[in-house]
Amino acid sequence: MILDFTAILARWQMLLDGLTLTIQLALVTTITGFIIGTLCAVARRSHVVIAARAATIYVESIRNTPFLVQIFIVYFGLSSLGFSFSPVAVAIIALTINVSAYTAEIMRAGFDSIHPGQWEAGECLGLSRVQNYWHVALRPAIERVYSSLTSQFILLMLASSMTSQISAEELTAAANFIQSETYRPFETYIIVALIYLAISLLMRLVFWGIALLAFPRRRRLGTNL
Amino acid sequence: MSIVMLKDVKKSFDKLQVLKGVSFSVAPGEVMALIGASGSGKSTALRCIDRLELIDSGEIVVCGHRVNDPQLDLRKLRLDVGIVFQSYNLFPHLTIEENITLAPRSVKKISRAQAREIALASLAKVGLSEKAQNYPEQLSGGQQQRAAIARSLAMEPKVMLFDEVTSALDPKLTGEVLKVIEALAASGITMIMVTHEMNFARRIADKVIFMHQGYVHESGSTDILTSPRTSELREFIGDELH
Amino acid sequence: MTTAINPGHLQFLLTGAFWTLILSLMAFLGGGAGGFLVALGRTSPFRLLRILAAVYVQIVQGTPLLIILFLIYFGLPSLGFSISPLLAAGVSLTIYVSAYLGEIWRGCLESVPKAQWEAAECLALSRTQRLFKVILPQAIRIATPPTVGFSVQIIKNTSLTSVVGFVELTRAGQLINNSIFEPFLIYIIVASIYFCLCFPVSAFSQRLERSGAARLRALKAVSA
Repeated sequence: MILDFTAILARWQMLLDGLTLTIQLALVTTITGFIIGTLCAVARRSHVVIAARAATIYVESIRNTPFLVQIFIVYFGLSSLGFSFSPVAVAIIALTINVSAYTAEIMRAGFDSIHPGQWEAGECLGLSRVQNYWHVALRPAIERVYSSLTSQFILLMLASSMTSQISAEELTAAANFIQSETYRPFETYIIVALIYLAISLLMRLVFWGIALLAFPRRRRLGTNL
Repeated sequence: MSIVMLKDVKKSFDKLQVLKGVSFSVAPGEVMALIGASGSGKSTALRCIDRLELIDSGEIVVCGHRVNDPQLDLRKLRLDVGIVFQSYNLFPHLTIEENITLAPRSVKKISRAQAREIALASLAKVGLSEKAQNYPEQLSGGQQQRAAIARSLAMEPKVMLFDEVTSALDPKLTGEVLKVIEALAASGITMIMVTHEMNFARRIADKVIFMHQGYVHESGSTDILTSPRTSELREFIGDELH
Repeated sequence: MTTAINPGHLQFLLTGAFWTLILSLMAFLGGGAGGFLVALGRTSPFRLLRILAAVYVQIVQGTPLLIILFLIYFGLPSLGFSISPLLAAGVSLTIYVSAYLGEIWRGCLESVPKAQWEAAECLALSRTQRLFKVILPQAIRIATPPTVGFSVQIIKNTSLTSVVGFVELTRAGQLINNSIFEPFLIYIIVASIYFCLCFPVSAFSQRLERSGAARLRALKAVSA
């Protein structure tokens, strides 16, 4: 058994293209997922029964079915409705739908952890419900669940590998192609595993940096909320 | 003409009736002390004034707003009424200055520079000018409560409500908060305060209301604190002093 | 050729669901055993073991399960080890589960108050005795709700093994689709079956968490 990585490294351009798309997918859906997930969390906590119920059904149905099946449903669902999206667009939609549900649960826990006195104080100062969420609750909520959120977004990046199954040309798809050309699956997947590992470590670093910017109180005092 | 008026207000939590028909009124510029044992309904009455609790029946009018009206513009009520809580409720992620400028900026849409001026002015009133850039957790309890008072003052309310603002404080720290409230009372703002500090009430209140088992049991000038007419008030004052 | 979905198809899907459960069970048992070792390694008094376990967890949690699966199913044969889809699925799920369960359990072990270790030490129990007689019984209580919760992830992630041709629920759906081509309908049915498998487990873990939280509050009230 001799490991030979030369043929794979010679196709670095393909790996780089796949890596670029993986990072783009992760970046875009982290943002869309965070926004939609947070809105769903607000909806779940809302007094409007229909909104709360709809959000619950959405969150529970996503959290209790596999992402791979969700991808297929989105992929074939959109095309049976007559839309023809590129695989990348389908990937973004499916990843967003998926991660929003998890983010909604995390953010709900974050909002729930805000003391009722905080909401009341905001209310009594004349803040509207939206302003209360925006100015009073959002940042402390994010700060409290920040580590869960970042883990979730790293899982999201890893899950983007499954979009190779609808031929989104991301890193895993690139690996599949390279191994079929080189007949060196072990070496190919080892290299790609290392690239994923590097991305996930890089993401941790980025999230750590974002925390420094987003939580000036914690940066200055070093205490947890 | 009264600025705060309660008429036959009733309020229950589940099966427990906390307010059983409470009526009183406060004139502009008046300082009213609301006293009574815990469970007498005094805090609930105060919270009803700012519509933190909805009443079951009766009427509350504050600065011309019919508080129990479902059509009430809550924002307008809250602009006229400031409230300070027992547990300060400062926003932990904001500096003291940001705590104070938040509402003027986002509710009154005042510019950043102007809001800052207001914040510094109201911090000066409570003697905390040098703490503007600190976070709440860096302040002592008494300082946090003074900051909370400054936050309310910055909205220039017509009526200030104080809900047992010194109850969570070390006896050593209550003095500094009471001093701030006393200065405020002298400035002519209308105040209603739920308090356990009998001596303080006697010194600054114009009017005292003693609540007992969901009713206004006795009311009048601060004289009732020295010579109570009812045995319940006499007993209550005796308990508070010992 | 397009024909309607028939009871035979449903039966095929249910057989697939049965294999999904078998795989989940394998992954849970294998991953649980591995996870126990990982948790012990992460909390070990030996620095080297701690580092090894941490590196293992970091690598597995930083790699997509799909890549682990490909590495084993396509990679190992190229190195001369032949491997069946079932074995490849079982091994890769075991690796995946061991890292995540290991981390969950490490957290639970560490959440047992230090005073308990010290108290056990004062009773002159050996480290093994302390672990099995004092710490584990407490840690297991704490660990139950998140472990049950993670089982849902296991069930869902067995769907990945369809990619290497193992006929579990998702693969069964794909095969039916190849013959009648009703993808949307079929995947909705497949998703519904997954939901029926997962939702009770999720709900159970949430209930455990709530009662666990209540118990914790009660404990705190007692000690306060």
